[in-house]
Amino acid sequence: MKHIVIIGGGIAGIETASALTDAGHWVTVIEKDTRVGGKLNNWSYLFPDFTPAEKIAESLLEKCREKDFSILPDTEVKAIIRNQDKFNIHTSGNQNLEADAIVLATGYELFDARRKEEYGYKIYDQVVTSADLEQLLRPGESLTVAAGKNPKRIAFVHCVGSRDEKTGNHYCSKVCCITGVKQAIELKKRLPEAEIFCFYMDLRMYGKHFEELYREAQEKYDIQFIRGRLSEASEKIDKSLLIKAEDTLSGRPLKMNVDLLVLLVGMEAGKGTASAAFSCGVNCEESGFLKSMDSLLRSNISQQEGIFLAGSCTAPMSLNDTLLHARSAAIEVNNYLKKSIK
Amino acid sequence: METTPFIWPFTIGLLFISCFLVIIIGIWISSLSHIDKSRIIHSIFTYKSILAIKEVFMESLLHRKIFRKNPVLGYMHMSLAFGWFLLIAVGHIEACIHYKTLSVPAYKAIFMRYFVSGPALTLSEKMLAACMDMLLLFVLSGVLLAYYKRINSRVFGMKKTTQLKLGDRIALTSLWLIFPLRFLAESLTAGIHNNGSIISQPTGQLLASFLPVQSLETPLWWAYSGALSLFFFALPVSRYMHIPVEVILIFLRNYGIKVQKRIDGYSRIQVYSCSRCGICLDSCQMTHAAIKDTQSVYVLKHIRNKNLTDEKLFNCLLCGRCQPDCPVGLELNNLRMTQRIESTKEYNSSYKYLKNGKLNISPQTEVIYFAGCMTHLTPAIIKSIKEIFAVADVKYWFMDEDKTACCGRPLMQIGQYEAAKKLIKHNREQILATGIKKIIVSCPICYKVFKEDYALPGVAVLHHSEYLLELMADKRIPIKKMPMRVIYHDPCELGRGSGIYHQPRLLLNEYVDVVPTKNEKEAAYCCGGSLSNIKIQMDERNQIRNKTLEEYITYQPDMLATACPLCKKTFAKTNKLNVHDIAEIVCMALNTNKERPKKETYLYFHEVKHLEETKIKMNIH
Repeated sequence: MKHIVIIGGGIAGIETASALTDAGHWVTVIEKDTRVGGKLNNWSYLFPDFTPAEKIAESLLEKCREKDFSILPDTEVKAIIRNQDKFNIHTSGNQNLEADAIVLATGYELFDARRKEEYGYKIYDQVVTSADLEQLLRPGESLTVAAGKNPKRIAFVHCVGSRDEKTGNHYCSKVCCITGVKQAIELKKRLPEAEIFCFYMDLRMYGKHFEELYREAQEKYDIQFIRGRLSEASEKIDKSLLIKAEDTLSGRPLKMNVDLLVLLVGMEAGKGTASAAFSCGVNCEESGFLKSMDSLLRSNISQQEGIFLAGSCTAPMSLNDTLLHARSAAIEVNNYLKKSIK
Repeated sequence: METTPFIWPFTIGLLFISCFLVIIIGIWISSLSHIDKSRIIHSIFTYKSILAIKEVFMESLLHRKIFRKNPVLGYMHMSLAFGWFLLIAVGHIEACIHYKTLSVPAYKAIFMRYFVSGPALTLSEKMLAACMDMLLLFVLSGVLLAYYKRINSRVFGMKKTTQLKLGDRIALTSLWLIFPLRFLAESLTAGIHNNGSIISQPTGQLLASFLPVQSLETPLWWAYSGALSLFFFALPVSRYMHIPVEVILIFLRNYGIKVQKRIDGYSRIQVYSCSRCGICLDSCQMTHAAIKDTQSVYVLKHIRNKNLTDEKLFNCLLCGRCQPDCPVGLELNNLRMTQRIESTKEYNSSYKYLKNGKLNISPQTEVIYFAGCMTHLTPAIIKSIKEIFAVADVKYWFMDEDKTACCGRPLMQIGQYEAAKKLIKHNREQILATGIKKIIVSCPICYKVFKEDYALPGVAVLHHSEYLLELMADKRIPIKKMPMRVIYHDPCELGRGSGIYHQPRLLLNEYVDVVPTKNEKEAAYCCGGSLSNIKIQMDERNQIRNKTLEEYITYQPDMLATACPLCKKTFAKTNKLNVHDIAEIVCMALNTNKERPKKETYLYFHEVKHLEETKIKMNIH
């Protein structure tokens, strides 16, 4: 029986593990956190149909329970050493694993919005990220702002840390546009009186039902979309925010008072992926995401034989894309191990 | 008087260059403004001229500044300049004594050994002749070093040396030939007439023992005269124009003349005073981004040759790092500015829509606070200033809290001087209307323009680092030392631009430990974020920034402090060091509840080092 070690117990890691177990392999998942599920655990509802994130997390957990693969929680990889056809993996728990193949499923990190200081994240109370808002949208959480009232006017800023030369992230993070639309609708449902504005560069509604949701946001929920990037935000004495932007469609500068500013933060490869790449000699793209052999036919295959890539460690991905990418990783690993038996 | 045909090349050359210099310098001085002309008239018979003479002696002859940079390079320049000067001066005295008259024509002194056929008789003549031999040896040692510098410039402390044009090559070659030819000619004559001294006499006798000195003598004197003549004729089209023009520059500078915001005679004099030594190449950070053709020396050269492109003119951070190193003390930034103004004249906006409204300011207000556009992009600084002002109970008016016109400096930096003047006028009226006598500025870019171009009589302009120091000295804010090692990064516009080096350090030292670095104060690196460069690419900016950070990281500080929002923003993008403005650090210390920044070691994904080692471990190569 072949042994496969998967680094990362998020959506991609668990899905790959489950598919490879089904194919009859012995699989071990190394997860640095106490529980599996990764970033999914921080989300409340998912686009485009407002599925509770817990439902997906629960189905992943069910796979963990039902299928016969092992998970090493609270464990990090210390070193990976190639030993002929096999890999020796040393973990922070002082375990030594021997594997025939490795799958990197180290995921992404959210862009640290403090790096766009002009938006005032962690400087002004009423600036939150999309991830923070997701917590606030959990049932039972209150949305009151500092002045002790419901926010009357809310602004979303798209592309925070994505497609931005100044932060060095040239790529599109793909999921933030639809996340913004989803969250705007959720806020409007909660606060029907509130005015909601989204400041965007382009809206990239690439997925199934995305465009429909965007149309619904405008027609049914009266959410205003303004094409223009925010230049800066400043705090007023009453803790509300004054934002400055340019409406590039009307070609005019614009100033607005808002009670809440939501920053739709993008994805970055992050330290986990960087250290994984470092410890097994896999190259990174300029963006920091892991480099695969090519982007069409071999997007799961790294330049290191026997090391495979799954999920958002290779590029920003939605939940749906991640699941598909994970399953295709499992197929590639299975083919590789079959070949090596011959 | 005895004469000979070979004196003519030299004499004609000397006549040509003298007339040329008188005419061109006359044109330049006549194109100065009335104020500058009256400066000359009022200063010419004052101690300023004596100071100028002293400076000419120290810099044009002894080359003190180059000595400080590198002793070998300094010696080379000194031996050529001072040695040559003494050769001319002592040679003339010698001729005066010999011919017993004060009106000796130049050629008589220069070719004296040819005309004086007997050995020196009196003690004073012997002494002078020996002295002349030693001086020539002194100059020759410099020429030898100059030969060697062309082969290996690193010995002279220079990584790079400038490229030469045809005029320069002719002048350089003739300059290199003048002194060896003189030495040979004098030695040969000594070999024939026994009129040499301690060095030329033995050399002459040695040469006479195996060479037909009789037939070589005249051709060599011709060659010497020819080399001198060639040098004089090549001078106007070569970089050696700096030799005569620098003297004029030093006098005018001592009379208080400065480069204006337009091209005039003085800016021409500055341009022609550049010796193209190339010392500015080494200090220019554009080379960190592999940009190697936009440095001051090249821009001045292109101005002279009238082929400066906007691509080169605007591809400069205006950080001013080249200026302190310039041995001639040229106003390199201001010279570039004159060209930028010229180049963008037609684009100036009218700003007609700017209107000053009524102000509603409480009479107790003690200071105006002007944050600046850049500081609005780093709101943590504004927040800290507000908190500090609250602690110190400063009554202030936040001039640009909501909307104000830009300070005008970024426009100025790209040459839009006329447009900037409109913004300045608008803001200036507003400031004067308040009657407040102190304005605090958070951005060094604004600070410089407020200080230099706003003309605010009776209003003190302070950068917040100066004002916070004042508040601290007045015990309006408490001192609390935090156990942190901090590097202070000098912003270009505040440091080199405005000479504020000590106040930020004095202030910081009360709150943290300031670690000195190799390149600081005048030699401080630019962060790479400068608004003055409108041609540079973002990745080139990043290369410059990374190189600057690289040095700071070697000191392993807990934090990088700066006093400029633009520097802060530029450095903070990388996550490599914890970067904060001085105001934030003071605020951090005042606010004891605030968490101290943790020391973190960042592993940034762009720089996964040791990848190669890992590959070896993984058996792939």
